Amino acid sequence: MKKYIAKRLLQLVVVVLGLSFLTFALMYIAPGDPAEKKLSAQGIAVDPEVLAATRAEMGLDRPFLEQYADWLGGLFSGDLGESYRSGRAVADMLGESFVYTLELTVLSLAAALAISLPLALLAAVRQNGIADFLVRIFSFIGNSLPNFLISVLLMYYFCVKLRLLPVISDGSAKGFILPCLALAIPLASRFVRQFRAEILEQLGKEYVDAALSRGVKMRYILFCNVLHNALIPMITLTALSVGTLMGGSVVIETVFRLPGLGKLAMDAISARDYPVIQGFVLLSSGIYVLLNLAADLLYRAVDPRVEEGGDAG
Amino acid sequence: MKTKRKSAKRLKRRATVLLILAAALLALSLAAPLLMPNDPDATDAQSMNLPPDAEHPLGTDRYGRCVLSRVLAGAETSIFSAVALVLITFIIGTALGMAAGYFGGVTDTVIMRLADIMLAFPQMVLAIAVAGILGGGMVNAMLAMGVSAWTLYARLARAQVIALKKEPFVSAARLSGCGSFKVMTKYLLPNMLGPLAVNAATQLGVMMMGIAGLSFLGIGVAEPQAEWGSMINQGRAYMQLAPWAVLAPAGAMVVTVMVFNLLGDTLRDLADTEAVK
Repeated sequence: MKKYIAKRLLQLVVVVLGLSFLTFALMYIAPGDPAEKKLSAQGIAVDPEVLAATRAEMGLDRPFLEQYADWLGGLFSGDLGESYRSGRAVADMLGESFVYTLELTVLSLAAALAISLPLALLAAVRQNGIADFLVRIFSFIGNSLPNFLISVLLMYYFCVKLRLLPVISDGSAKGFILPCLALAIPLASRFVRQFRAEILEQLGKEYVDAALSRGVKMRYILFCNVLHNALIPMITLTALSVGTLMGGSVVIETVFRLPGLGKLAMDAISARDYPVIQGFVLLSSGIYVLLNLAADLLYRAVDPRVEEGGDAG
Repeated sequence: MKTKRKSAKRLKRRATVLLILAAALLALSLAAPLLMPNDPDATDAQSMNLPPDAEHPLGTDRYGRCVLSRVLAGAETSIFSAVALVLITFIIGTALGMAAGYFGGVTDTVIMRLADIMLAFPQMVLAIAVAGILGGGMVNAMLAMGVSAWTLYARLARAQVIALKKEPFVSAARLSGCGSFKVMTKYLLPNMLGPLAVNAATQLGVMMMGIAGLSFLGIGVAEPQAEWGSMINQGRAYMQLAPWAVLAPAGAMVVTVMVFNLLGDTLRDLADTEAVK
């Protein structure tokens, strides 16, 4: 286990370095000069002298790798640079928006799990029955609906037609219902399908037959053995879904105008505010990587049979 | 799994029907220009937000453009871009994965670490950043989705090559004087195309929703070019006045994604049953 953790941490270092390098390089794939972009983002007319001064101030006249090393050094002290547009520290801006996104994603994830776990259990226990059939149909439909469409339709029916909920979230709990549903529905559809498969796989194992023949009640086997064993892969699936949630929250925050990370990123994109975009990508990926590492370690801690080392690819 | 498997025959029949449906959708998207009742880009201030009538079977949007014509024009963009994206990422990913598995060593490390790094970004977050920075356009949107999409095929192809490399037919081919390229394309590739193609089929719907999502956010396919995601975005502000401007592209998109997803599922089930036999 220790050896494995060390190996994973080493891998993590490589991945995070690559991640940061690519994020830093993002600014350079855009056509044009970053200094020029900064000036135009601030609405300053670009003349050669100002441009040269800005370039020097931003360190753009130095070699690319040196700039990267500098930026990376800043990262370790929590310095993500300053917004081109407002001049504020990117880290502060991200921190403020993060609260909303965290609330939104945690609530959606909880909702998705609350919907999908019982349904997956029901569908698996009544495999090929009517309940299973219905659950599978709904999960298939949910899987085929893009989240932006779900949010637009939810908004149309609940806000415009039925006038039950506010169109633009006002920060109240009521305003959070639709955004959470819009994020949770596709996720729950995916979970139901994956969880059902995991539970079915466990139900097909010999220990279930053995316990049944010893007279153990099905209910007991289901909740104490089957669910327990299916839980481990479910944790991994949940951790992997966080990436989808983060991408999805950009869409949902844009539609419902929630002042979260996604909204911040979209505003930064339309203003060509690159440091903010970089910060957004870095923060999202960092959380995603750490969550996956945590899930992986948990997986191995709970189930020591998992082959140590594993496939490095 | 000890579950009752659907008979391979039924699955095959279903796969055939779905393949025909998918091919029909693809044909429809290519023939779209011939089927449009009106010019999809022609605006008309006299007929804004009109409900469906004889001249505009699905009504008009807020610029007076015919919604049916735009949905058809959007089919061309949405379906073509998804299919093209899956094909391109499939080819690139498979080539890289095969190279990594076949040559091993440094090639393997470099390619697979790159894949690891790409997978460390949440896919849509990276796509949004890349598309947003590159600016709109179909090619840029495809590029944004493609930067991480290739890793799926690369990992699969690598695993397949590593498994197949030990088979005697590969040594036989090498001993009879085949170069690496020939061994890979002529002997390895045909043996691993099946599972890779199944995965590609399951990606069609995903890629389509991804590109549409970028367009919906305004950083994918740009107006005035018709695309379902951007049509839904354009129409949503006027949903009370002209719900058809949202519902028509939404319906088209859902049906298409469902056909693609069902096709992918059926092909995967079929591959599973074949593997058991």
